Amino acid sequence: MPVKTKKIKEQKQLSSDQKGKSNGIPKLKFNSGWEYAPAPESTSHIQLKERYDLFINGKFTKPSSGKYFETINPATEEKLSEVAEANAADVDKAVKAARSAYDRYWKKMPGRERAKYIYRISRMIQERAREFAVIESLDGGKTIRESRDVDVPLAANHFFYYAGWADKLEYAFPNRNPQSLGVAGQIIPWNFPLLMAAWKIAPALAAGNTLILKPAETTPLTCLKLAEIIQESGLPEGVVNIITGFGDTGAMLVNHPGIDKIAFTGSTEVGKIIQRAIAGTDKKLTLELGGKAANIIFEDAPLDQAVEGIINGIYFNQGHVCCAGSRLFVQESVYNTVLRKLKDRIETLIVGDPLDKNTDIGAINSKSQLDVINKYIELGKKEGAEFYQSGCNVPGKGFFCRPTIFTNVAQSNRIAQEEIFGPVLAIQTFRTDEEVIEKANNTPYGLSAGVWTDKGSKIFNLTTKMRAGVIWANTYNKFDPTSPFGGYKESGYGREGGLHGLAAYSKL
Amino acid sequence: MGKLEAKNSSFSISENGLEKQVTNARVEVLKTYKIYIGGQFPRTESGRYYVAKNNRGEQLANVCLSSRKDVRDAVVAARSAFKGWSARAAFNRGQILYRIAEMLEGRKTQFIEELVQQDVTKSQAQKEVNLSIDRLIWYAGWCDKYQQIFGTVNPVASSHFNFSVPEPTGVVAAIAPQDSSLLGLVSVIAPIIAGGNTCIILASETKPLCSITFAEVINSSDVPAGVINILTGKVSELATQFAAHMDVNAVVYCGDENTIQKDLQTKGAANVKRIIVHKDINWLSDQGQSPYFILDTEEIKTTWHPIENIGSGGGGY
Repeated sequence: MPVKTKKIKEQKQLSSDQKGKSNGIPKLKFNSGWEYAPAPESTSHIQLKERYDLFINGKFTKPSSGKYFETINPATEEKLSEVAEANAADVDKAVKAARSAYDRYWKKMPGRERAKYIYRISRMIQERAREFAVIESLDGGKTIRESRDVDVPLAANHFFYYAGWADKLEYAFPNRNPQSLGVAGQIIPWNFPLLMAAWKIAPALAAGNTLILKPAETTPLTCLKLAEIIQESGLPEGVVNIITGFGDTGAMLVNHPGIDKIAFTGSTEVGKIIQRAIAGTDKKLTLELGGKAANIIFEDAPLDQAVEGIINGIYFNQGHVCCAGSRLFVQESVYNTVLRKLKDRIETLIVGDPLDKNTDIGAINSKSQLDVINKYIELGKKEGAEFYQSGCNVPGKGFFCRPTIFTNVAQSNRIAQEEIFGPVLAIQTFRTDEEVIEKANNTPYGLSAGVWTDKGSKIFNLTTKMRAGVIWANTYNKFDPTSPFGGYKESGYGREGGLHGLAAYSKL
Repeated sequence: MGKLEAKNSSFSISENGLEKQVTNARVEVLKTYKIYIGGQFPRTESGRYYVAKNNRGEQLANVCLSSRKDVRDAVVAARSAFKGWSARAAFNRGQILYRIAEMLEGRKTQFIEELVQQDVTKSQAQKEVNLSIDRLIWYAGWCDKYQQIFGTVNPVASSHFNFSVPEPTGVVAAIAPQDSSLLGLVSVIAPIIAGGNTCIILASETKPLCSITFAEVINSSDVPAGVINILTGKVSELATQFAAHMDVNAVVYCGDENTIQKDLQTKGAANVKRIIVHKDINWLSDQGQSPYFILDTEEIKTTWHPIENIGSGGGGY
């Protein structure tokens, strides 16, 4: 659980002198003078190079453009390093390296040997977990608690899980003898850089493909650190190539004729562009796109746990989560209670230094993303929704956004329809099961949903009727290498994780 | 029309009028081939038609040249049928597919006749009809089994119960194979509806007769209205409508024309449609049936729920 209750002790202290009451629920006071001492994770053992080159054919290679761009720490706006910008010649070089590696050895290598390389990568990530966690937080702005407890261990586990599949593929698909596809081009977003790299690389390698991975321009560092590990692991050169750049570089990769398979995680808008770009070719495509998940709270839900689930659903990773529970539906009978508890809980959240172990909400990934979030906050106000933000302090420098909720939201409001990708929650109410099913499904997206109720049969009614790929019942934002992840409708197609994730990289 | 000539060769009927000797003979009732939308047999709203001919150039029938409006009507019918059909028990869907096979068995002769009119030898026609019936029964059996083969219980590392099941993707539009009037149609429809989807099928443009007769079979097989909708018309005109329609979730294209494939994939991107292309499949062989065809129009849904006190930990909320 990335967001944990930390002020329980303090709240107990306060219970004796509670004054204001609303709806029979004691109002909490937070100006008690209790402060957390800073608990920053040390960066002393982190070694970042001044400049990173492209990882092509097992070597760090200077870009033929000669161009580099900066990657900054979004919490301080300070430069961390600079990375190479791959142009068409670099993309071509990377694709040729991957093709050559595929033809020369990777497709011929027995699965049990492929497995051992993938296991090695997993182990080496575990060994260097602390380093990865700190760099992930520095480069992306996510809290150290999250990168330490979620991103990095899950990434290592993902490699470990798929390593074991490499020599068992014939058991995965009944009555089929699965074959690799060839060379995969993989483009990943900035919200979970290392984890998304693992989600892409591990199944591709296990199924016998070689690949070119392009991380997002704001968060390249952990992927380049992963390239170092891959180099050290002795994985044959060219099997994994990691190239950095902007959207143009990604487009060159998508359009390169030497690619057999594209896997993309990112916005629905770009996903559609990719689907069009490769139309008429025989390139295989899997897409993991945006979402606008409904998180539904019934009156018989365990409300305190549900409130934790709402918080985790929308504020985990600053809301930069495609499966974020960004639309909250509360049954009318418990609406006032839930809203009170939610507002109280939001006040306890600490926004600030991602490297501080007390921090709940880190930095927004980039200036441009902060602008998008602020645009939607203004839009929500203009549309007539009621705005509420916690009163917490935010650092003067860097990109931060207080946890935000909107109530009195209409189904047609843009803040209820469009993916904001930030810590902004749109709250609506409902009376009946049928009504909430209708409202929750009334979106072009279908990535995830949450349901909170104590009644088992109601859980299954809802989980069955939600048109979404991942349903969390009485929990939210849980991930595991064995658990397939991916969307319905405009949230994309194909699955990552689990047995089903192998199909994305196999010819059956 | 040619069909009449072929069937009543003992009579002398010509295009330009009836001759004397016919006056006392019974005139055969010809069938009007209409389309099938929402359990009804309307004519195309466009009022257009084309003449289906066989290889000998004989005119077989006037067939509806369906329009964009017909596609839209069919999608509305398919969407409204989806909720009910996808919620049917898998066992019940199996029974209904089996019922379609039973009805087809009872009308074999008619299909063989139509196939023969459309340039298939009698023995080939018999084989095709038998295979179509057998294929429906094969898929009837899959209705409540593919979930067990392709669903998983996932051993997650936290204290949660986690499982993944295939679910229908929604409304599927399909372009049936051109070279087969019945078997191709059946091979495309069966996996789509076995998986709980509803569909709009564009019949073979050149061999359309069996499709509408098959709609009559469907109509008497307890298949709820709107689950299967069948249109006749031009691939070049309607494929693009399937691809562009925002309430179609997937398009299955049986064919190898790259321009069609490209158009489907390009326009289909508007709502991230699943575009499934079947090239070079011999529908007469075992290659023409597979539970993986069911999976083509399925989504995998994964559900999580906490387990209290698994191992040493507390609950996994």
